[in-house]
Amino acid sequence: MLSNLYPEVPLEEKQRLFDQVKADARFEDYLYGCYECGICVAACPSARFYDFSPRKIAQTLAREDIEMFYEQMNDDIWNCSQCFSCVRCPRHNNPGGLITIMREVAVTNGLRSTKEALAGYTRIIYKIMTTGTQVSPDMLQEDAFPDWGPQVKEVASHLDLWRRALPPETLHTTGLSWQVEERTMLELYTIWKLTGVLDMISELDEGLHDIMEEVMDDALEDQGFTIA
Amino acid sequence: MNRISLPMAPRGTTPETGRTFSPDPDNAPEEDLREAIAQLGREGEWIVQPVPEPYYEARTKYGRIKKIPFEKTWHHKSCGQCGHIPGYSTSIFWLNRFLGYDYFDPRDQTSCTAWNYYASATSNQVAQAAVAMRNFSAAYETGYYPLIHCGTSFGHYKEVRHELVHNHDLRRKVRDVITKLGRPFVMPEELVHYSEWMYAIRDQLKSRVVVDLSDITATVHPACHYYKLQSGDAIYDPEIYGGQRTAAVTAVVQDLGAHVADYSTWYDCCGFGFRHILVQRDFTRSFATMRKIEVMKEEANPDVVLTHDTGCVTSLDKSQFATQAHGRNVGVPVMSESQFAALAVGAHPFRVAQLHWHSTDYRPLLAKMGIDVEGAWAEFQEDLSKIEKGAMDYLTWDAVL
Ligand code: SF4
Ligand code: SF4
Repeated sequence: MLSNLYPEVPLEEKQRLFDQVKADARFEDYLYGCYECGICVAACPSARFYDFSPRKIAQTLAREDIEMFYEQMNDDIWNCSQCFSCVRCPRHNNPGGLITIMREVAVTNGLRSTKEALAGYTRIIYKIMTTGTQVSPDMLQEDAFPDWGPQVKEVASHLDLWRRALPPETLHTTGLSWQVEERTMLELYTIWKLTGVLDMISELDEGLHDIMEEVMDDALEDQGFTIA
Repeated sequence: MNRISLPMAPRGTTPETGRTFSPDPDNAPEEDLREAIAQLGREGEWIVQPVPEPYYEARTKYGRIKKIPFEKTWHHKSCGQCGHIPGYSTSIFWLNRFLGYDYFDPRDQTSCTAWNYYASATSNQVAQAAVAMRNFSAAYETGYYPLIHCGTSFGHYKEVRHELVHNHDLRRKVRDVITKLGRPFVMPEELVHYSEWMYAIRDQLKSRVVVDLSDITATVHPACHYYKLQSGDAIYDPEIYGGQRTAAVTAVVQDLGAHVADYSTWYDCCGFGFRHILVQRDFTRSFATMRKIEVMKEEANPDVVLTHDTGCVTSLDKSQFATQAHGRNVGVPVMSESQFAALAVGAHPFRVAQLHWHSTDYRPLLAKMGIDVEGAWAEFQEDLSKIEKGAMDYLTWDAVL
């Protein structure tokens, strides 16, 4: 059945996004057709809790069903858990990997549904891209993790002291997972800039992009770190 | 959700079929990537960092030999472990010291950034490979060999390695970035996960166990990114699950003297979801408890759940609190096998295993292991008070070995 959920978006636009997915170097390594056997669905955690199917993803891409592809780009891909249980596919497909590519294209093109899916997530992007570590001890706050119980409050209230009671010398940190050398961070900023990742962020969240660019440029300049 | 009742019996680690998978490396369905890596090294595409001697020879899925270094390891830490469950990494370091091994805990290391990549896709193939190769280069320059703590870092780096071997254009782009950083372009001979190192040292640990674990039943959650990504490069052993599942974690726990019980949803993931654990935890909580913890409780009733990845410990541990409030069948401590092994050979539950960072109640387990929980907590409180009063700045390694 043809998808008609997004009639207002021209077919050419949907095709353009599909072509970007297909042009990814990993695409042909991740898709070899599909038996419709459903083995991937049986293994998929997200299929148990959402209206979601890795089989449909593989089928849609193999058939080049552009309308369904666009629907999945908006309504399905962010449900995937990226666990890669689906790689037990007898056809050697990697539906989870296909979804990674689709997500990258969704971010690069700033799809509205992607912005919504990642709305609460931007502070994490900031953390990883500017410090090189993704989650830090000081993120353990009661209001951020109310469902994790009173133990989170316990950690938060003793954080500095408990971190100092860790024998590894690199772990006496609260704003970073471990002590990262300045040069290491500058090298990471250089990687984000040289590989276009920082530019990707501007499609997703311009404000976040501007803040990060400033942080990175200032740090690189202060240290006389030039990108050749 | 109504769960179907499966006719499962606690059956240790022998699959009911009794079939043993006998792999033949000469007829493996996948190429041996290491040959291509060595060839690219000979062609001058990159420097191949050799596994330092002495090393352990373990078997992977298709019977190939994988070299696991005992020492001279460069610890590629995990942001989730170090940030939220630091007893995990502390126990790995402590075990190195306990065995007298030389290791290096670097500051010139970033996270693999794969948690973010699998959560938000705000990166790309070149960037991810450049992050990996920068870290490998940093390890090489110290003379120590990368030992990767996180299952996701390990799996992601295996993916990156595969892409770099097969995609010349990608290799060229990444080499350009690394060269601009003034770094050598280095690929390690093997990618090694810390749980493989645990497998390699299991005999040494076995001879030094001081806690009687014969009454302890554990269930093992094998981490998806450890053995599903680039599946040929994971440790398998005919003596463990008949060689049909990875031997990581299970072989170590059995050798320490605990009983490993089976459960039907062993292949399921933990529900982490990368994005979900941070911003859509209803999914994580439901999956972690309904598909994993409750099934384990019903079929195996374990004293502890053991696993070998950052995300798995986090989801399986933290998800139980809210579920318990609904009166469901949960309530079992969760930790890494490195923490469990450290406890088994005499590590302190708070100074080393740092169990106070975990949500689930570990006290009944410690009591069953014969560990004086209250006494240990009182000792740790004394440490804290010394730090608070300025009598010591930090808890040092000298104080915990
Ligand atoms: S990677 Fe995604 S599609 Fe594949 S099994 Fe996991 S949740 Fe399902
Ligand atoms: S397991 Fe593979 S072949 Fe079977 S339905 Fe899924 S993608 Fe198609």
